[in-house]
Amino acid sequence: MSASPAPAVTPAPAARQVRRHHWIVRLTHWLTFVVVLGMIASGLQIYAAYAKFGERNGPYYVNPFQERAFPDAVRLGGWLAGGLNWHFALAWPLVFGGLLYLAYLVASGEWRSLLFRPRDLRGAIEMQKYYLRLRKDHPPQGKHNPLQKLAYTFIVGVGALAVLSGFAVYKPTQLSWLTWLFGGFQAARYWHFWGVWIFTGFLIVHVVLVFVVDPASLRAMISGWYRGRFPSHD
Amino acid sequence: MTDRRDFLRLMAGAGTASLLAACGWDGGNAVRPALLDVSRINDWVGEKILFSPRRLAREYPISERTAHLPSYFVSREMPILTNPSAWRLQVGGLVRKPLSLSVADLQAMPSTTYTVKHHCVEGWSAIATWHGVPVSAIAERCELLPQARYVRFDSFDSGYSNGWDMASAMHPQTMLAYGMNDNPLPPTHGAPLRLYSPTKLGYKMTKYLVSVTFTAERPGGYWEDQGYPWFGGV
Repeated sequence: MSASPAPAVTPAPAARQVRRHHWIVRLTHWLTFVVVLGMIASGLQIYAAYAKFGERNGPYYVNPFQERAFPDAVRLGGWLAGGLNWHFALAWPLVFGGLLYLAYLVASGEWRSLLFRPRDLRGAIEMQKYYLRLRKDHPPQGKHNPLQKLAYTFIVGVGALAVLSGFAVYKPTQLSWLTWLFGGFQAARYWHFWGVWIFTGFLIVHVVLVFVVDPASLRAMISGWYRGRFPSHD
Repeated sequence: MTDRRDFLRLMAGAGTASLLAACGWDGGNAVRPALLDVSRINDWVGEKILFSPRRLAREYPISERTAHLPSYFVSREMPILTNPSAWRLQVGGLVRKPLSLSVADLQAMPSTTYTVKHHCVEGWSAIATWHGVPVSAIAERCELLPQARYVRFDSFDSGYSNGWDMASAMHPQTMLAYGMNDNPLPPTHGAPLRLYSPTKLGYKMTKYLVSVTFTAERPGGYWEDQGYPWFGGV
């Protein structure tokens, strides 16, 4: 999707401001950020009650944190019941924030600039070449380049899987089909735990890229207005 | 300049989130009641939307039984009857015909048996076989009054008890178990009689039973009163 084929890296006139993020996107972005931190912290509290994945007496899924408790500073809830109550309360804003965001993407048509589709593969390779300095000019792009689309599509997919695996662990009898899809109760717990590391890794890479590549995009995610190096990406 | 301000704002947000997580905070007096309110909403969703009175939990072949099913009691020492032959289960409350049943009386009633997966709130799971009388058969015999909406199960384990919604109690797989893995129920698992259901978490299944009371008001429970989810369905 190349909405504007303008050359991308030419420095923009200093005062040019573009409207970049709708308030629903900004609201759900920051809501999800805080809620996911809370989900991870309360999840690590819940994890302490049975710090492994597998039926009693094993075998257990590969897990470097087996039989280890996470430090108090990254746990939320104080004890198992507290962790559960935080986790199940925060699940509401997580799910409804996610649904609101997806509904906005569909209603506004903005999903087109975010969803990675097979036809973006070629552009993703070109973009990767550019980052590897195998290509001099920045490939033309729309709001997001194909690698960004891949990253954002991936993390929304991981978010959906984290919620679904959460339900598989929450109701393994009533939603037994879902638990079965994740490979059973203990496997569903295991995949749910993977969510912690994928979200944490994404958060780190995401924040580093914001500050290294385009710090003005942080302001755009707060105020909605973008005034930085890449106004043509809109 | 704006970027730095935004960065500080972001850090303030992240700082709040990690402060929340610090020291395993359970929400304190300000947030804990709100979390418990949300937990009641989750109970309602669990009972009215996710729970089906007819859906049966999967049964397993005997060969899949877990070698060891952990158990616990809340008394200082394992509760054991000093005079087992004098033990009676008292069935009362909002019923036309209160009952007083010995183990032999229960064994003379139509029995049910299944091999199912046990889900503990801590996250472990184990498979065992249970033998007993469906709670619905007891309810039929004592003739419930129409006001009866809940069931309270009391034990001789230092006042451990549980409150159940009627639909879960009347589920075809909810039983008063006097046997486990082809043997009489051992004292570690609540001899002479315990509640069992593969639709509930372990802490909802009262061991060392002494009475079953049908009520109009929602009864609390040992863990439920301390903050664990009241419905506790899986």
